[in-house]
Order: sequence, then C-alpha cells, then structure tokens
Amino acid sequence: MKRYDMIVVGAGPAGLSAAIEAARRGLRVVVYDENEKPGGQLFKQIHKFFGSKEHKAKIRGFKIGEELLSEAAALGVEVVLNAIVIGLFREKEITVKIGESVEHIKGDTVLIATGASENMVTFPGWTLPGVIGAGAAQTMMNLHGILPGQRVLMLGSGNVGLVVSFQLMQAGCEVVALADAAPRVGGYGVHASKVARCGVPFYLSHTIISADGDDHVTGVTIGEVDKSWKIIPGTEKHFDVDTICLAVGLSPMSKLCDMAGCEMEDNPAKAGFVPKTDKFGETSVAGIYAAGDVSGIEEASSAMIEGRIAGIAAAARLGFITVEERDDEAAKQEAALDGLRKGMFAPGMRGKAISETEEGVPLSQSLLNHGFVADDEIERFPGVTHSKGIHPVIECTQNIPCNPCQDACPKHCIRVGSNITALPSIDPEVKCTGCGMCVASCSGQAIFLVNEDCGDGTAEVTLPYEFLPLPQKGDKGTALSRSGEAVCSAEVVGVRSTKAFDHTNLLTMKVPAEFAMKARFFRRED
Amino acid sequence: MNDRSRDIGEFIPAPDDDMIVCRCEEITKGEIRRAVHDGMFTLTEIRRYLRTGMGLCQGQTCTKLVKGIVARELGVRPDELEPATGRAPMRPIEMRILAKDGEGTK
Repeated sequence: MKRYDMIVVGAGPAGLSAAIEAARRGLRVVVYDENEKPGGQLFKQIHKFFGSKEHKAKIRGFKIGEELLSEAAALGVEVVLNAIVIGLFREKEITVKIGESVEHIKGDTVLIATGASENMVTFPGWTLPGVIGAGAAQTMMNLHGILPGQRVLMLGSGNVGLVVSFQLMQAGCEVVALADAAPRVGGYGVHASKVARCGVPFYLSHTIISADGDDHVTGVTIGEVDKSWKIIPGTEKHFDVDTICLAVGLSPMSKLCDMAGCEMEDNPAKAGFVPKTDKFGETSVAGIYAAGDVSGIEEASSAMIEGRIAGIAAAARLGFITVEERDDEAAKQEAALDGLRKGMFAPGMRGKAISETEEGVPLSQSLLNHGFVADDEIERFPGVTHSKGIHPVIECTQNIPCNPCQDACPKHCIRVGSNITALPSIDPEVKCTGCGMCVASCSGQAIFLVNEDCGDGTAEVTLPYEFLPLPQKGDKGTALSRSGEAVCSAEVVGVRSTKAFDHTNLLTMKVPAEFAMKARFFRRED
Repeated sequence: MNDRSRDIGEFIPAPDDDMIVCRCEEITKGEIRRAVHDGMFTLTEIRRYLRTGMGLCQGQTCTKLVKGIVARELGVRPDELEPATGRAPMRPIEMRILAKDGEGTK
C-alpha cells in the first residue's frame, strides 16, 4: 500500500497551503482533488482579494491559485487530479478512485480540505434549466468562457451574490435585479456599491415567488416578505429573465470527517455540520485535520491560513519540527487569522445589528437597505474630504480587514494604521499627485480621484473601471450616481492602464462641477 | 427526538406539496412530510424510506432542504436533527470500478 506523510483531500486554498507548509518541512505530501483543475474556487475568482499586504490582498484570486500551485510543485508536492476520495477511515486510510480503479492509500496524517457546497432554495419552477447556483455561473464564465445567460436575477446579497453579480456584468450579462429576503445587504458594502452604481436595483426583504417557463426560465416573480418571511400580497414584481442565479449561502462538505469518526457539531456560527477541531485544526481523531470551509464557512484568505497552521501542526506531529517550533510558527499564523476575523463581518458578528463604525460614525443605512451610500451620508466618513486640486475620495464606510490602500500612495497620504479594520483617512498636509495607485489598489473599488473645480465650471472624476470594451479618450456618455441613476452628461478625458494597476483601468471623466461628489460611474453612449 | 409516541399532529396537505425537493430521485415536499407522519423521525430513516439524497449528487443539493422540512414537521430546530450517516462510497461510482477495489494498489 502506498504511504505518505500527509494526505490532503482537496486542492483548494486550504489544501494547497497546508501541503506547502508540510512539504517545506520535509513531509512527503500528496493532494487529491476530484476536479480536472486544481485550485478549488480560486481560479473562478477574478476580483482582487481583501486583507493585508502580507496575505495576498489586492491580488486577484486566480493569481493566488497560480502562486500556490507553483509553490507546491517546487516543493515536490504531488497533486493528483480527477482523483475522487470515496472513503476515509479511522486508521487514516483513504480509498480514492483514480481512472478505472480504486486505490487504498495510508497517510500518517490526513487533512480534509473539501470545502463547501452551495445551498439551494425551493420555489415553483426552481428545477427549470436556467436556475443555477452562483458558483455554477462563475464556473461557466470564468473557467469555460461561457455566458450563463443574457438577463439575470441574482438572489442573495452576501459577498458571493455581490461579487458574482459584478462578474456577470463584466462577462456581458445584464443583471436586472438583486434580491435578498434579509432586510439588509449581507456582504461588504463596497461590493454592493460597485454593483449598485452600474444601475442594478437592490430588493431587500424580497424573495422569489416563482420562476416562469415550460422547459427553461423565461421570467421570475419576486415579492416583499414580512417579518415572518411571508410574502406581502400586492408587492409582486416580475422580470423577464433567462437566468436565475442563487447565492444563498454555503454548507461545509464535511461528510468525510463524519465518516472517519471525527466528533462533529452542528454549529450555526460555522454555517453547518462541521468537525470539532483544536486551534491547529486537528479533529478528535489524532492525525486527522480539517481546514478551510469544511470546518466553517469563511473567506479564502482565512482558509489559506488555516491550511498553513494544519500543515505546520502535521509536521510537528510527525517529528519534522519540534513542538516549540510549531507553537512559534502557528502563533504567527494565528495572529494573521485573528486580524482577518476582525471587523463588522467577522464570524462572531453574524446576525448582529451594528449601528456605527469602530470610529463612532453612524453606518450608512442606505448602503444596508439599497446597496449604495446616499449623498447626504457620504460626507461623514473619514476618507471623504475636500481640498483644492486633485485629491482622493475614499468611500470606505465599514470596518473590514483590509489595508492595501495605505501602502499604495507613494506620498503616504492614506492612513489605516495598525488596526487593519480601521476606516482609511487622508493626511491633508500631503499633496496628491494623481498617480492613481490608491484607486487601483482598492479591492473594493471604493477610491476615486476628484478635482472638484477645474476652474471652468467642470470637475474631473477618476474611477476604477473593469469593463470591456474600454472607453476611449473623447468618448461621450452619461455619468451615473452611486445609486446608478443618470445624473449628467460626461466626457472621458483620460483612460490609464498600467501593469501596476493590474487590469483595474483608471477612467477620468469630466462632469459639471456640481456633480463632482455625485458622479461615480460612466456609461458610454451607444 | 426518537420518541415515536410523540404527537406531531395530523398530516395537513399544503399547496406546495407537489414541489420537487430531491431532484435526483424526484422526491416531493409532500412525500417527505408524509414520511414523517408515517413515523420516519430521523434523516437516515427518511433517506432509506424515500431515497432522498441517494442520487447522483449524493445529497449536495437537497440535504439541507430535507432537513428543514423534517424539522418543521417535527416542530424542532434543524440543528437538533442528527445528519444522516456518512459512509463510503462518498461519491457515485460505477459498480464495475468499485468491484475492483484495491486492485489499483497492487
């Protein structure tokens, strides 16, 4: 029987990170993944990640996947694809289907990093072709280059629903509406804002009543729900769509842990049935570890750190490093993990209503209820200031663990500080050169450069732009507000794309001066 | 939970009883609700009785939905219900390959 120091099930962010840490310390590691491509969900993530600079913030997800794969390969990690693990037994033996046979393999340690599966909701018509999960939409668009549909309704305002809505628009779909039964937007406000300013209406406290169509989706009806989740008669709204995308949460795929005899718990804070683990990710069965979404739904950034900790712990269990070294190295990772688990969206904050930021600034209620910060709310946030000439306007209004903007400015005019969830503020003493590095560095696309008064009654607004075809200098069109409403006509006076911006193009548009603080998106005249 | 003498009331038909919940095995919400009234109080029993979650996707789509329906019928919270047992093979596999279990190792 084949034997490895460590068997990893799942070649996603957690599994690969664990394999890297273990292999670096001398373990012989094999990673099995049932898919034909490695990387888990990472290769579907074309957006820039949040977090700290040390932990791959502002790098696009698929790039992180490429980095992890090449790192693993360089360390001699064996990654076996199309390999379906069909059993895991207490003795740390797995059965895996590879090609036409089932192999038995023993590991001195085993890491389960199988991730999560998408939740579904039922409504009349939910089994029609055209009702798809958000993950499926991403797979079609970002892995296979296939448009899921033309006109889409998205259900779910968590980060997945928001990010995938934006990606659907980038791919060329029209997102006709975003609905969520919850009364407030669930995901990051900055993700909601970039969807809302493209003109997508948000329907909070709304859910799907039914999907129409005989052999595929031709339309959808949504309605408002009351406090007991019942549809309020008379609130029905119909949309002609060919696709209904569901982003209603994830459930850990933890059955392998259960089967191996790991002690399990049904933990709503972790979004489902998960193995109980210690701080190193070790389950109740000695030598079997779990990391990433399988042990509690979180972001990929957290999954990578959990994986690293498990890899380090496995190395110590097998004597490749000492227990002291393990504690030392794991402590560094845990500190990073604690940083990522701070702020308004930390796992412990689920379901809690928050009314103000850590700085004591009242939250934008419009952002929570409609997906965009209202004009009369935006001025109260520390990143929104006014000065002569070009200057950054940072529309970052919630405490999330993210700080790349602070290092982006070569003049050091943006400050987040040592608390990674703090709202960025601007040093008024430093003169902005308009280089645009902050705009491109913001994973939430929440930074704009504004020259409020160009001296001729006009203002210039520079915004992050990630759609194709790219507008050209001289193009005329319409400026859209934060809510996606047309507010004035606009002319493109510059488009910048440099390697350092990493595909976030900087579009500068000229608008009448009174719209300097209102115009936040550009739509070209067709 | 497994007290079968517990009174859960009569089966009351509902308008959405014909909605398919387990799409692989085409099991409706009404069938699941009725199974609870037939005395199937655990998810493992429901699975054996109706084959929910036994199809191609192995319950990846319907497990949570079925759990919610059964819990509501029993008047308990979903997390109070014990999940159905996990066992090999964890994914659908052709019998001709499963029958050769171990041969690939030699």
